[in-house]
Amino acid sequence: MSSLELARWQFGITTVYHFLFVPVTIGLAALTAYFQTRWYRTGDDHWRRATRFWGKLMLISFALGVVTGIVQEFQFGMNWSNYSRFVGDIFGAPLAMEGLAAFFVESTFLGLWLFGWGRLSPKLHLATIWLVAGSTALSAFFILAANSWMQHPVGYEMVDGRPELTSIWAVLGNNTALYAFAHTILAALITASMIVIAISAWHLLRGTQTEVFTRSIRVALPVLAVSALVTVIVGHFNGVLMSEQQPMKMAAADAVFETKEGAGLSLFATGDFKSNPEGLNRNVEIPNLLSFISTGYPQGEIQGINNLNAEYQQKYGPGEYAPVVAIAYWSWRAMLGIGFLAAVLGFAGWWLVRKGKLVASTRYLKLMVLAGVLPFVANTAGWIFTEMGRQPWVVFGMLKTNEAGSPAVSTAEVLITLVGFTLLYGVLAVIAGRIFLEKARKGPDSDDDTEKEAGEPDFGLAY
Amino acid sequence: MDDVTFLQGLWFVLISVLWLGYFVLEGFDFGVGMLLRLVGRDDRERRAVIHTIGPVWDGNEVWLLVAGGATFAAFPQWYATLFSGFYLALFLILAALIVRGVAFEFWGKRPDRRWRGRWEWAMIISSGLAALLWGVGWANIVNGVPIGADGEFTGTLFTLLNPYAILGGLATLTIFFAHGANFLALRTKDEVEERSRALAKRSMPIAAAIGTAFLAWTLVNQSDAGGIEVVSAILAVAATAALWAAVLLTRRGVAGWAFGATTGGIVLLFTSLFADLFPNAMVSSTSSAFDLTLNAASSSDYTLTVMTVVAALLVPVVLLYQAWTYWVFRHRIGADDFDEQPTPMDVIEQKLGAGEKA
Ligand code: HDD
Ligand code: HEM
Ligand code: HEM
Repeated sequence: MSSLELARWQFGITTVYHFLFVPVTIGLAALTAYFQTRWYRTGDDHWRRATRFWGKLMLISFALGVVTGIVQEFQFGMNWSNYSRFVGDIFGAPLAMEGLAAFFVESTFLGLWLFGWGRLSPKLHLATIWLVAGSTALSAFFILAANSWMQHPVGYEMVDGRPELTSIWAVLGNNTALYAFAHTILAALITASMIVIAISAWHLLRGTQTEVFTRSIRVALPVLAVSALVTVIVGHFNGVLMSEQQPMKMAAADAVFETKEGAGLSLFATGDFKSNPEGLNRNVEIPNLLSFISTGYPQGEIQGINNLNAEYQQKYGPGEYAPVVAIAYWSWRAMLGIGFLAAVLGFAGWWLVRKGKLVASTRYLKLMVLAGVLPFVANTAGWIFTEMGRQPWVVFGMLKTNEAGSPAVSTAEVLITLVGFTLLYGVLAVIAGRIFLEKARKGPDSDDDTEKEAGEPDFGLAY
Repeated sequence: MDDVTFLQGLWFVLISVLWLGYFVLEGFDFGVGMLLRLVGRDDRERRAVIHTIGPVWDGNEVWLLVAGGATFAAFPQWYATLFSGFYLALFLILAALIVRGVAFEFWGKRPDRRWRGRWEWAMIISSGLAALLWGVGWANIVNGVPIGADGEFTGTLFTLLNPYAILGGLATLTIFFAHGANFLALRTKDEVEERSRALAKRSMPIAAAIGTAFLAWTLVNQSDAGGIEVVSAILAVAATAALWAAVLLTRRGVAGWAFGATTGGIVLLFTSLFADLFPNAMVSSTSSAFDLTLNAASSSDYTLTVMTVVAALLVPVVLLYQAWTYWVFRHRIGADDFDEQPTPMDVIEQKLGAGEKA
């Protein structure tokens, strides 16, 4: 494999790994803040225990998000130095703003929240967790603005063949970024609520700590139902915008090879596994549905991969302009499938709660324990679709991935860091996974039963 | 053509300040990490040691992240040349920072001694490695590394491991060690405090001696390149003075002043290096014609202006709430703050002799 291919694997592995924790942190921080608000308002000890229990799980995810994030910050320079030279005038700014505006707040106030139990006034202490929750979302905004610029470059002009920033507001207000932000925050809420539901369901099935877990699941179910429903709606508009900005990605997502009117929605298709097999071997589809979803008319026109490829060859010169169709097609289906499923599961659970039948529905609870893995699959699929669907471009229409690497770095060096990071991350995944499950199984701590005297610092949550 | 504009100069200063903040703050974090088992003899004492930096280490690390992000935004060519050039060294630093970060988090998650012992060693080794490598890295940046006409690094990891750079690494390693001991002397009580004071006293002369040797060599290297930069030389002398002042102050046992002196030493030492580096971002040892100047490395004026506004708005706020955090957590911490009851597992392990002795 070339150093470029290895560098791509490295970016994919480390970033997907980072994003396993990111949505858990963003979502659980918000839910923990909500639980603590309930405790602050009511003084009811069950809310306090819920806060501390979910907060503890959030911390494990946070720690892994932080340490893997450090790699992300330097990775562009390490493996993608030509990319960094090319986009630096624009891309670096949101990255630096993320650090100044979000990471400082996030890390400092998490420290205050963690070690400040009993030391800060209850009101101030509550404010710290809300600041943590808010700043994790803010950090997502800045990094997504940077990423969206790669999907849809705006606010720049070309000077000597290199883009220079002309409007920071265009970059931060990029419609691609606003949709991606909404979609990602919703995905984080889905992720966190499904984890809360899975763990609560597990305890409810065993009859342990039922009071804390009934309350938690009653909060999480409506969150799941609503955020999943809104995700499906927002996701649709994401898709419409994407077809406009990156029609090739949409064509690949639905494996449409020839431009046609009245395109059907493909349910199951196979083709050769390469960037552009030029046609399908097998296809099961619902007639006219794709045209209807994308354009609003059953006979609407859908652009095909082969036609777009020809068009891009005219515009950008010879080459292959389609991504690996099989990956785009299946990652797209995985994400959408899970989106609809999550909405159904959420509403079903909410309905059970309202009927007062939740705790007795062991089948539903068992199902929800298993469903805990789904959001991770959807998140990963979403990013793989977004990023690999953009190939061969790293900056759409401007810079190709194969021109973006680091000339100074040898294949052996990339191999060393690829193996190094993968092993390190693998070991961490095992350890962190075990600890997460240990803590999740154990439930709210028994030593949490006695509240500390007022004014006395309480280190139960800290290291 | 290579005149540095006002905004470029400003951003060089800002990025330098970010690194200074990082080295002062993470400097004592690294020191505390290295000292963990030397000053903390049992679980409660070690927990006290970890607690002195528990609430702040992540915030301290963000200084590094912002230095990285700001370099990307303001001097993308610098970001690209430096991090692709120092590839494996940076990988080692990142691996060390990862291990250190999870070690804090995981240490207390299980009560058994073997688990904790393992994370303690992880903390000690990763803190030491990072402290060493930062010095090696900056010594190389200032002294110059092989860079070709295309602005790309042409050396290997071993190019970076030259005697001068290794001396720089030993300087940061020992100075951060002593800085951490001074910090612990301020933040802990009872036996932990006693041991920290003793270690500060013993390690400070070594740190000062190595630091002095490194600064002297830096000046010699400067004169090889034709003359000595006055500002950088004055700062180097001041840094040396601060380090030796710290030796006296640790002897006297005035921990607050001693900590102030190591802080000053770190700030002056690195400021001297940055002054030496200016107006370059990277120095080429291949030919001075291939030096990457700040001007050549920089972003457009517009980007620098945007970033200046953002920094002017946010940096003061960050300083305020970070300072406030240190105020909130100003109390001394000792073993008696943690009444850890032995769990049944501990008792069994002790009986079976399976647990490693603390
Ligand atoms: C949509 C959200 C999102 C995305 C796409 C990314 N991150 Fe991230 N990142 C976060 C959301 C986030 C977060 C929620 O703010 C984290 C996760 C857990 C945490 O502690 O903070 C975080 C942590 C985190 C940290 C550590 C911050 C600290 O010490 O507090 C760094 C340096 C980065 N990230 C950098 C990156 C880079 C360079 C990315 C691009 C490849 C990236 N992240 C993708
Ligand atoms: C956290 C969520 C993200 C995930 C899971 C993710 C995933 C991926 C994957 C799988 C690739 C490899 C595509 C390929 O090589 O075929 C890739 C490429 C890339 N992504 Fe992302 N990405 C994420 C966020 C970002 C963000 C926020 C940025 C920038 C701000 C970014 C910048 C890049 C760059 C520069 C590449 C080029 C390398 C390449 O094409 O292989 N990514 N990403
Ligand atoms: C039916 C529901 C859904 C639709 C229509 C949808 C649509 C989309 C679209 C069009 C993109 C690509 C945006 C681009 O490339 O510019 C995307 C990306 C993504 N999706 Fe979904 N999605 C849905 C459900 C979900 C669910 C349930 C999750 C996770 C729980 C999820 C997580 C993601 C992530 C993490 C990304 C990458 C970030 C981004 O580009 O916004 N999606 N989605």
